[in-house]
Amino acid sequence: MKLIYEKSQPGRRASVIPVHDGLPAPEVPAELRRAKPPRLPEVPEFELVRHFTELSTRNFGIDSGFYPLGSCTMKYNPRVNERLVGLPGFARLHPYQDEDGVQGALELEWRLQQILLEVTGLDAVSLQPAAGSQGELTGLMLVRAYYEDRGESEQRRKVVIPDTAHGTNPASVTMAGYELTHVQTDARGNIDVEDLRAKVDEHTAALMLTNPSTLGLFDESIEEIERIFHGAGALMYYDGANLNAVCGISRPGDMGFDIVHINLHKTFSQPHGGGGPGGGPIAVRDMLEPFLPVPAVIRRDDGTFGLDFDRPKTIGKVRGFTGPFGVFVRAYAYMRMYGPRLREMSEAAVLNANYMRARLRDAYELPYDRLCMHEFVLSARHLKREHGVTALDVAKRLMDYGFHPPTIYFPLVVPEALMIEPTETETKETLDAFCDAMLEIAREAAENPALLKGAPHHRPVRRLDEVRAAKTPVVKYAFEEHPVSDEPAVELPKGV
Amino acid sequence: MTHPFLALTDADVEEMLGTVGVASIDELFRDIPAGMRLGRALELEPPLSEQELSVHMAELAARNVDATREVSFLGAGIYDHYVPAVVDAVMQRGEFLTAYTPYQPEMSQGVLQAIFEYQTAICELTGMDVSNASGYDGETVAADACYIAKHATGRTKIVVTEATNPQVRQVVKTYAPGFGLEVVEVPHRDGTTDPGELRRAAEGAAAVIFQQPNFFGCLEPTPDLAAAANDAEALPIAHVDPLSLGLLEAPGRYGCAIALGEGQAAGNMPSYGGPHYGFLAARQTFIRRMPGRIVGETVDAAGERGYVLTLQTREQHIRREKATSNITTNQTLLALGGLVYLTWLGPQGLRELGETCLSLAAYARERLLEVAGLEPLFAEQATFKEFAVRVGRNARDVIRDARALGVHPGYALGRDYEGMDDVLLVAVTEQRTPAEIDRLAAVLAEVAR
Amino acid sequence: MAAAESYPDDLKYHPEHDWARLDGDEAVLGITWFAVDSLGELVHFEPPEPGATVAKDAPYGEVESVKAVSDVIAPLSGQVVAVNAKVIEAPETVNADPYGEGWLIRIRLSDPAEVASLLDGAAYRQVLAEQ
Repeated sequence: MKLIYEKSQPGRRASVIPVHDGLPAPEVPAELRRAKPPRLPEVPEFELVRHFTELSTRNFGIDSGFYPLGSCTMKYNPRVNERLVGLPGFARLHPYQDEDGVQGALELEWRLQQILLEVTGLDAVSLQPAAGSQGELTGLMLVRAYYEDRGESEQRRKVVIPDTAHGTNPASVTMAGYELTHVQTDARGNIDVEDLRAKVDEHTAALMLTNPSTLGLFDESIEEIERIFHGAGALMYYDGANLNAVCGISRPGDMGFDIVHINLHKTFSQPHGGGGPGGGPIAVRDMLEPFLPVPAVIRRDDGTFGLDFDRPKTIGKVRGFTGPFGVFVRAYAYMRMYGPRLREMSEAAVLNANYMRARLRDAYELPYDRLCMHEFVLSARHLKREHGVTALDVAKRLMDYGFHPPTIYFPLVVPEALMIEPTETETKETLDAFCDAMLEIAREAAENPALLKGAPHHRPVRRLDEVRAAKTPVVKYAFEEHPVSDEPAVELPKGV
Repeated sequence: MTHPFLALTDADVEEMLGTVGVASIDELFRDIPAGMRLGRALELEPPLSEQELSVHMAELAARNVDATREVSFLGAGIYDHYVPAVVDAVMQRGEFLTAYTPYQPEMSQGVLQAIFEYQTAICELTGMDVSNASGYDGETVAADACYIAKHATGRTKIVVTEATNPQVRQVVKTYAPGFGLEVVEVPHRDGTTDPGELRRAAEGAAAVIFQQPNFFGCLEPTPDLAAAANDAEALPIAHVDPLSLGLLEAPGRYGCAIALGEGQAAGNMPSYGGPHYGFLAARQTFIRRMPGRIVGETVDAAGERGYVLTLQTREQHIRREKATSNITTNQTLLALGGLVYLTWLGPQGLRELGETCLSLAAYARERLLEVAGLEPLFAEQATFKEFAVRVGRNARDVIRDARALGVHPGYALGRDYEGMDDVLLVAVTEQRTPAEIDRLAAVLAEVAR
Repeated sequence: MAAAESYPDDLKYHPEHDWARLDGDEAVLGITWFAVDSLGELVHFEPPEPGATVAKDAPYGEVESVKAVSDVIAPLSGQVVAVNAKVIEAPETVNADPYGEGWLIRIRLSDPAEVASLLDGAAYRQVLAEQ
């Protein structure tokens, strides 16, 4: 399909900008003014709408169908949230408005904080981080500030992560200026405690752990892990990517974690938007509260709400303002529609995953054959060995059955991995239809592997050449090769 | 499990437990040690129906004073520009709204092509060669750029002008210790940055960050600032207002290595500070150091044009601790809103918008000087849509008193700058009218000095 | 086109899947068929600067496929005298001919005695068999 730039014709436009008579002329110093206008598209409004509507039909979201993308918690996003976030009292509110003009916004943020504290079992929270990985980085900044305050920052330079970790964990460790210590996974999918014991000492600053792990398994050694870390004077960081498994059942604070980030776009339904936005609030134990980002959202003794910038030990700001407020509106609304029933949300997510695991365990390899939490990881290794069919082929073939594929080739400890997370918002009929498709694909792999190799057959495009894209990157439209829409019919700005 | 967002019937649950081979839902959680289970209900308020929720949220929203309830001249980085209905219409398409990162390109051509079009628009605006698919906001993209500069130059000093948005400076300083960077600020001289002073500070620096228009609304001598940085072999990084780029020169045309900024003004509601998008674009030479997602063009097995995430070896899921950034979830939906907005504007609209803002702001400045008798702070400097005036007493008090008369007159610069307690930063977008500006002048005539 | 599996006997090997072809006081370095096969089609080679020093057992560059990136380990120490421009231009050359056209860099040896620690073809094949 054409690019919007290929539908552009000089002189067309969708906007009308207010013009006022009798105002001073717009003057730009000659040495600063633009020489050549940007080649933005020139289209009428209806062409704009048609273009993006057509693009949307070439995209697949949760609203389109089942989207069991492991580790991403692709659950239904309530439509009412989109209406609420558009209320002028939220959407057109300026972040530098005086406190007395933002009492509703601050109360919403404060109430969201209280809910997150109850769900995580911790003592203080900052909503500021923009996404999970920024929450991780913020958490590690808190670790550093905490040890600097205690005079141990030179000594504690190492952060431990398991080999099942999301890539964000090691990337955040480097960005925070720490050194990595890798720890292995044992045969049951838990952290290898003996390996861990040998690697944790007085130089260890923190552990970063996702629990349940990216294998979808609750770490059975968590009590021992907690003893090892806190025994060494180190802190424990909980990557909340998989919090959807344990809401109301087990809280990170109760597991011994000192810092937690919460992915509001996963567990609490902020729509993923084709890649974002997200929200990554962090909750901490009270000894870490003085270091949290500013401003803090507080409730004063008189019942009013305010922003507190007076935190002498703060790490500073990790993004603008109090955080992505629109994300808070949606997450808060979502949690208010569940209340204490958040536990049922997690229970359904875990039951759905276990049901699918049970249905698929004979046709695919299940490297860690135990009860899972909200997701599970299969391997297509046997299909590759016996029929030359890979996890990628299975994923592409699933598209022909009308499903978004699971996460593939992650976690790295499982070869030919298929990581399936159904979430709680699916009917049993949908789960069955997906399992039926997976079983059928396993049969097809044996009988007609070419069918899988050529998949998908029913999408707007066939398999795409990623090698070509990486070898000679084309990352913007080449106007010069398409001279028709080259020069917009724009007068250059007047100089002084 | 009767709940609008849950579906399993009692019969479903029973059958599924049977398939799993456990007797109860509780048994599914047997791997969790007893001492780590909550063992009670969450202490949260009872669930609300959608209808009850809507009432509650409307009550909260009603306790905010938004731009429909006051005539607002607040800016300082977040602006009340008009967002056309087509932006909402596209962002609310469920296929965009409820998808995630396009890991599977055959399922995601819509968002991939849209990001490719967005990257093109950002490169056109900034005069750069490569744009990522968005960063979190105008603050964090500045920190991202420092990470690029550190690795590109091997140097460890970042220079940032004092006239750069204070929040940008704060976020850069928060990130800097982890990056192993020190941050040096260069003071403004009567509202803008002196190129010679910047040149001296840039000696041995990895990068120099400046803002155009700067935080005071003044137009910096950006070609000279970029030249100063280049002379010191530091990367010039321009933090720009996207809506100024119909009138002001693109950073790529005056020697910048990286251009970035806050995208909110172009297509996002203020939303009390987010979510918005930060844009980041650079010269080709930095393509392998870019943070975050980048979409590239390719062909499919039938030779048809298509789009994929590309150069992924930069990213955390492959390069892990050596990644160019930890960013994963970004701001794609907001960037999509930006693309729709820029398409709606077109080059002519972008230029006219800039002219209208410039004219209205110039008119406001005249009125405040003539009617309200205020004194401009940086009288000699050219400005764009924002300018600073002295109001004779603490600007926060002036704001409070003006708001009592239904006008929010601007931002108190004393929040960030010493010696500016009596300075008001006034922003004028195309949503303000000459009549509203007259009212601002009348109100300030009453409450200022 | 990918080459067929081979480990020529006239080369010296490093267990991190790198090879060296000795040429007087210089050596040509590259990566083995096994490394190339594990990575898939190469899309990028990040070379060292000519004149740079490389140290035995330490990375001197990176090779990338679409979904993987790998350090390239120096089997011997020395100074870079040439990098293969053809591989920078067309990284898939390494897939097609890992021991010929797909060489990566040429170095002047700083410690020729290091050669003694490298593996011959048979010993390297044994390393692969044990993986």
